[in-house]
Amino acid sequence: MASVAAPAEKKARRAPREHRRPSFWTIFWLIMAALYFLIPLYSTLQFSLETGQHSYGFKWYGQTFADPMFRTSFLFSLRLAVETVIIGLVLMVPTVYWVHLRLPQLRPLMDVVSILPFVVPPVALVVGLSGVFNVLPWMLSNSQILAFIYVILALPFTYRSLDAGMRAINVKTLTEAAQSVGAPGWKTLLFVILPNIRTAMLSGAFLTLAIVMGEYTISSLLLFNTFAVYMYYIGNTEAQPAAALAIISFTLTWGAMMGLFLLSRRRGRGSSPGVTAVSR
Amino acid sequence: MPEDRDTVSSVSLETVSPLEARAPALPDEPSGRSRRPRMSRRGVLTWAGVVPFLAYAAFFLLIPVVVLVFKTFTTANGGFTLENVRALASGQYRASFIASIQVSIISAIGGGLFGLFVAYAAVRGRGPRFIQPLLTTFCGVASNFAGIPLAFAFIATLGANGVVTVLLADVGLHIYSHGFTIFSLAGLSLTYIYFQLPLMILVIAPSLEGLRVEWREAAENLGATQSQYWWRIGLPVLLPSLAGAMVLLFGNAFSAYATPYALSGGGINLVPIQIGQVLSGDVVITNPRLGDSLAFGMICIVGVTVLAYALLQRRAARWLR
Amino acid sequence: MARLDLHGIHKEFGEVTALAELSLEVESGELVSLLGPSGCGKTTALRIVAGFEQPTRGELLVDGSDVIPVPASKRNMGMVFQAYSLFPNMTARQNVEFGLRMRKVARDKCRARAAELLELVGLAARVDNYPHELSGGQQQRVALARALAIEPAILLLDEPLSALDAKVRVDLRQQIRHVQQRLGITTLYVTHDQEEALSISDRIAVMSDGNLEQVGAPAEIYRSPHTEFVANFVGLMNGFDGRVQAADMVTIGSSERPIGVHEGHGCTAGGRVLVLIRPESVQLEELVDGAAVPDGAFEGKVLMHTFLGSVTRMNLSSDVGDLVADVPSLRALTMPPDTRVGVRVDPAGVKLLAR
Ligand SMILES: Nc1ncnc2c1ncn2[C@@H]1O[C@H](COP(=O)(O)OP(=O)(O)O)[C@@H](O)[C@H]1O
Ligand SMILES: [Mg+2]
Repeated sequence: MASVAAPAEKKARRAPREHRRPSFWTIFWLIMAALYFLIPLYSTLQFSLETGQHSYGFKWYGQTFADPMFRTSFLFSLRLAVETVIIGLVLMVPTVYWVHLRLPQLRPLMDVVSILPFVVPPVALVVGLSGVFNVLPWMLSNSQILAFIYVILALPFTYRSLDAGMRAINVKTLTEAAQSVGAPGWKTLLFVILPNIRTAMLSGAFLTLAIVMGEYTISSLLLFNTFAVYMYYIGNTEAQPAAALAIISFTLTWGAMMGLFLLSRRRGRGSSPGVTAVSR
Repeated sequence: MPEDRDTVSSVSLETVSPLEARAPALPDEPSGRSRRPRMSRRGVLTWAGVVPFLAYAAFFLLIPVVVLVFKTFTTANGGFTLENVRALASGQYRASFIASIQVSIISAIGGGLFGLFVAYAAVRGRGPRFIQPLLTTFCGVASNFAGIPLAFAFIATLGANGVVTVLLADVGLHIYSHGFTIFSLAGLSLTYIYFQLPLMILVIAPSLEGLRVEWREAAENLGATQSQYWWRIGLPVLLPSLAGAMVLLFGNAFSAYATPYALSGGGINLVPIQIGQVLSGDVVITNPRLGDSLAFGMICIVGVTVLAYALLQRRAARWLR
Repeated sequence: MARLDLHGIHKEFGEVTALAELSLEVESGELVSLLGPSGCGKTTALRIVAGFEQPTRGELLVDGSDVIPVPASKRNMGMVFQAYSLFPNMTARQNVEFGLRMRKVARDKCRARAAELLELVGLAARVDNYPHELSGGQQQRVALARALAIEPAILLLDEPLSALDAKVRVDLRQQIRHVQQRLGITTLYVTHDQEEALSISDRIAVMSDGNLEQVGAPAEIYRSPHTEFVANFVGLMNGFDGRVQAADMVTIGSSERPIGVHEGHGCTAGGRVLVLIRPESVQLEELVDGAAVPDGAFEGKVLMHTFLGSVTRMNLSSDVGDLVADVPSLRALTMPPDTRVGVRVDPAGVKLLAR
């Protein structure tokens, strides 16, 4: 028996990848971009490896790693990053879940609130916060306060990742399915929703990590010795260890972004969350 | 996501006890719900779900801004004043706004155009397939590689003893004797472009992908030349996204604090640096509320750019999907 | 009005051969469809004619003159794309005027011509709408008007209906055919939908894997496919291995019962053949309670009904294998699943292909 129905044509194909050679201008601009990205990195790397007139080595890196202040400030920032991630997720995951499930009409408000941290630059935020801290001075007594402020800095990214993640899995259907087999609400969130938005949570976490590890404005103005503040301090005294620190910091950012990239890879061509932060 | 009718109706089907019905309406109620005067217990609980988040955002974001605005427009003993705002229009503060706007415009246009060409080359350039994911990752890194380490990197590159500075001197171009410094307008813009360029690429690439091949081919088929296509279709279609992206870059540069601070050691007159100085008490100022009004001015400018960006994006979405 | 000749058009993309020595003639005023499954090279052929791709080798003649060196923008061919090809920043009118403006036609002439064409495609009321304000079908009609505005020598359509709903698709294909015949414009129409090709074309060119399988009028393609591929791709077909017993007789599979065929099929007696039978050529009669299979028929059993409106498609098992029959729905009611039936085949509906 040989009966064949006409197969359905696939969706319109976008820009066909042709086997033509790229044009001069394509190559030109890609090379320009590569140069712009790489030259400062190369310069910094060279600077950080220079130990004498024409000798190179890891002396400055060794010195940096041996510096107890490096370790304390780095660990401090790392701790802040972890705290920020945790506070951010604990605050945002239930909220975004709830909004998707029960209050879809609140989505526009959520969108606006999550963009506000872009509107209020970190310096301006510090000004406002100082006004608040003048009334509540005890809040500044603990370095923990930084993590709470960083949650705001990371909010746009956390929110967008989670929002995209929950949109992709159709939270409402999943929840109803879970409830139809008798799972209570918190179990649904914990065992049904969370595993499905793991990627979204992780990408939010990686961005947060990148933001917090480089954050200078707020911590320096509120007089906390974070990693970036330490970096600035070193830069004021010695140029080459500062270059080494810049390379370490770059590697860190690269690591966080590679994590993000690999996540989006594994998910296939899913919705990739925005990948840029504010620590200018 | 479609309107969630089910949820709404399931709430309205709940029995409403007379006591709870008299509960006052919640303050943050948006239009959709405000038409429903009675609220069941389930309704109140539903709304309670977002209270922690809204309270958090209010405390760490909204209230600080309100306090800041309030202080901008009041005197120390509580009277209304425009003095603090007026002070922005003169002297070093005026100069700081001008300088900030200059750097922001230059780095937005420079980084924007550069980014446009690079993104176009990557998206439409028939290059090898790995280019795009590689570029995206790199842009993610570079747009986040800002602040202190970026400043160090540029000092190592274009500082007085920077690698490129020395290299250029070797071929006879002494940029520092031509008035270049790393914290001049040019040096600052070059540094800013390091994070502006990748941001531009990330923001504009989707729009470029939205430029359909069919449009170019249809135009060609109807007799248009390459440049006629660009002037009549390509650019008009891209314009809202392009403008939006550049506006975003402007706001991005305007907010930058750590990078210029580290480049110049705080010795450069930009709005964020001025604010930082007021905050840290580095300068003796007669009016402590200047910090608030400077921040207010900054929020206004950045706020307008974000709003403009959002509007332009919406405009662009009509054509590019 | 022009005549189009493709001579040995060959196209390779790297390793992939998209078109293998394609030769096809389109007469002046004729509508020829390129029909084939996805990936068989239809679009490539059309794009070569439009000038968006260069053939690896081969000749392309319009009214006898070679157009391969002519750039796409100078070929004067109107192209309608699959979808989303309207310029989003222009109204329907501006889209239609675009080609004329490129030809420096005076503004008022452009306007008049655009109005005329939008009228022709039934969109006079939507001239000032932007594409995003139009439905998919309306957009494709504007695209058609835009392609026609430049009075092209040849009209090219690349699956113009495939992004539309079924109903709109049928309406619009009739409209396209109507406009094409009214203007008498030479047209190359690409589709993967055999029904569409059958209903719209003067002739159909069936393609598979870059090769031309058969060219012919719709009825001819349907009635006497030259290859197994064409037989399967166009319409539904029952196919069996068989053996020619006599000039007017074949047997199927291991069955002894012969089936009548019309003479002149060109297959030698005793040879192995592919026996092709259209579902509508299969005739069924009910066999009540162990009645014997009548002469010239073989035995089958009804497996399933699919109601298609005026006919019902019935899946059967039989002595010779599974087969499909289209039966008038009223008759089908008397033969529910599990009914024993006698199966006869109309000799006129049997087609043999030598193996
Ligand atoms: N620009 C291109 N680069 C590489 N291969 C291509 C290109 N365009 C088409 N092909 C290949 O050529 C073959 C025919 O494609 P196409 O003409 O689009 O088929 P159809 O339109 O019949 O679906 C396919 O195998 C396709 O993958
Ligand atoms: Mg095709």
